[in-house]
Amino acid sequence: MTITTPQRTQAEPLLEIRNLSVDYGYDDDAVRALSNVNLTLHRGEILGLAGESGCGKSTLAYAATRLLPPPGVITGGEVLFTSSRSRESGDLLRMSDKQLRAQRWRDTAIVFQGSMNALNPVYKVGKQLIDGIAAHEKMSRSAMRERAAELLTMVGISADRLDSYPHQLSGGMRQRVMIAMALALEPELVIMDEPTTALDVVMQRQIVEQIIELKDKLGFSVIFITHDVSLLIELADRIAIMYAGEIVEDAGSREVYHEPRHPYTAGLLHSFPPLRGPKRELGGIPGSPPDLLSLPSGCRFRTRCPYAVDACAQLVPELGGTVFGDEEPHRSVACHLHDDAVDTPAVPAELAVRPEGRTLLGVDPR
Amino acid sequence: MSVQADPIGLTEVEPAKKTGKKGKRSLGILRNRKALIGLIMLAFFLVLALIGPWLAPHDPNAVTQDSLQPPSADHWLGTTNTGQDIFSQLLVGTRGVMLVGLLAGILATMISVIVGVTAGFLGGIGDELLSLLANVFLIIPALPLIIIVAALVPSAGGVTIALIIALTGWAWGSRVLRAQTLSLRKRDFVEAARANGEPMWRIIFFEIMPNLTAIIASGFIGTAIFAILSEVTLAFIGVTSISEWNWGTILFWAQSSQALVLGAWWWFVPAGLCIAAVGTSLTLINFGIDEFVNPRLRNTAASASLLRKKGIRARIGFTPVYRGGGSQHPETTRDDDRPDADTGTTPRGGARRRDAAQADDATVPGRPAASGLPTNSRTTTDTEEVTA
Repeated sequence: MTITTPQRTQAEPLLEIRNLSVDYGYDDDAVRALSNVNLTLHRGEILGLAGESGCGKSTLAYAATRLLPPPGVITGGEVLFTSSRSRESGDLLRMSDKQLRAQRWRDTAIVFQGSMNALNPVYKVGKQLIDGIAAHEKMSRSAMRERAAELLTMVGISADRLDSYPHQLSGGMRQRVMIAMALALEPELVIMDEPTTALDVVMQRQIVEQIIELKDKLGFSVIFITHDVSLLIELADRIAIMYAGEIVEDAGSREVYHEPRHPYTAGLLHSFPPLRGPKRELGGIPGSPPDLLSLPSGCRFRTRCPYAVDACAQLVPELGGTVFGDEEPHRSVACHLHDDAVDTPAVPAELAVRPEGRTLLGVDPR
Repeated sequence: MSVQADPIGLTEVEPAKKTGKKGKRSLGILRNRKALIGLIMLAFFLVLALIGPWLAPHDPNAVTQDSLQPPSADHWLGTTNTGQDIFSQLLVGTRGVMLVGLLAGILATMISVIVGVTAGFLGGIGDELLSLLANVFLIIPALPLIIIVAALVPSAGGVTIALIIALTGWAWGSRVLRAQTLSLRKRDFVEAARANGEPMWRIIFFEIMPNLTAIIASGFIGTAIFAILSEVTLAFIGVTSISEWNWGTILFWAQSSQALVLGAWWWFVPAGLCIAAVGTSLTLINFGIDEFVNPRLRNTAASASLLRKKGIRARIGFTPVYRGGGSQHPETTRDDDRPDADTGTTPRGGARRRDAAQADDATVPGRPAASGLPTNSRTTTDTEEVTA
């Protein structure tokens, strides 16, 4: 089996989510779980989705792949998948069942959260790997078995484990099997829904390193969902912070960590101690995410925001440039503090940290 | 932390929504149309069972000169060959049918729950013994036994029949319940209850039983239908007392007097329809219970008509896309009275954001970076043309 290594052209988008809205429920009481979410995943990129529980991370990933179970319903938007292999590409939301079924796993694979539930306990892992391949490729049985063995070796499990049942493997090994399964058809996009949440930190580290290694080798893109921001900062190239069904900040992972621009991002960073650098005060974020059925007017975060002003109750912030404008062209934030058009006090120092050696008048932040 | 006093957002939306929701929820099972129809039908027959004998215009046993009369004002459903009023027989006979059906259903369900859940929960030797008991009863043929008992006990009335049906009909339900209990017993929430120090009876009745509601209910309904059909059959073949009126007795007399040959359709059709109607009502209730007791099914089932109207097919694995949205979306119509897109500055945020079609992104002035481009394009500007 040949392994294609696509060119890492950073700017080429693989998945573009545009104005995606999702409701839970069908009547007037429907909960709007996602509101006009825009997100772009580039080829070869690891994009992290972070946020508190219930803010729509998983909903976004499953809606984009149309795997959201009832009563979820997509009420608008586009999900454009641009395949480099020039197979079926286009709007996932307009695809027929057949197209969608063909597209799944071949182009977009998913590593589910609970490997124990995702693997069928009565079949050997080898058979389950082969089943996934057989659903999409016409290959001989022995070739598929060979491929399955290759996949297991790739994720660091010896090939003789093909004949093991899921219960005979440890949690970490099962998670690796899930990753191997996801990579079976060399997909261009792998969605990982909290793949390491159930594992201990040692195993978590190994799995994450494996993912990065495999990504560099095979060149797929990753959407990594987790509430573990510190893990994302190490793993992801870019992080989108979600809050109450919206993306509030979208920036490179180092930028998110060192120079948060949104009060919510800053709050998340203050919820865990930094490993390096000066100690920060562990503040956390007071309160809990809003009830999506009775959202506050204006900015959804304003009831928990330490910097909220009157304007926050009046206007809905749009995802736009930071207060530094063109100096930070690759990041966006949805906060009035960064919006010149809204009358707000100056951006607090905490949200205006600049990289060392760069001044406000610095030329190119990159 | 500064929490803004908000006259519009929280205070306005919340109470209205919450009461609306509660109002709907309190209707519970009645929201389901199938269950509602079934319950109305069953309630009708139960009322007849209670007050039927007083409603009956004639004595069902009174022999008159009007033999084999078709339906008329005096005899709504006509008369038998001996001039008995069939409508009165039907009304008087309802009680026997309902009594046997419900009594047998309740008794059989109780036995099957006690034996089945206990066996599943206990495991080991207790399970073995109770399963053996169920297996023995499973192979006792009900109908021949009833015929023999009815023949031995000359005064065998409705209650005796119900007891026999219950005694022979519980085993199947108990096996199903045992199997389900076995799988529930090992679940984490049961372990947690044990760790809580809950006594065994509480675990069985408050932790496990609610999960079995659908099976218990369908078992009850199935047994009740079986009991009614058995009783009617027994009366029809003349095994049970033919002087005690039920719908089967009417059919027995109709058959033995050759009503079909005589063309007296009014003699046997109403009783047959009543049996079918009771069976239908119980089945409809069963459907309703299925959808109601499973919280996962409830939402989808309750909004089934709404889904049909909107043309949404809710399926697992293929999330429906409903673009009827735009201005039709309930969220947006609610906010339509507020000026939004034209003013640029939105007086109330939620509105603008929620209906936001891509088009009105451009109507927000003042964001220097956002100037007219879709918001996400900032990161992709350089390749926008490639993908378009």
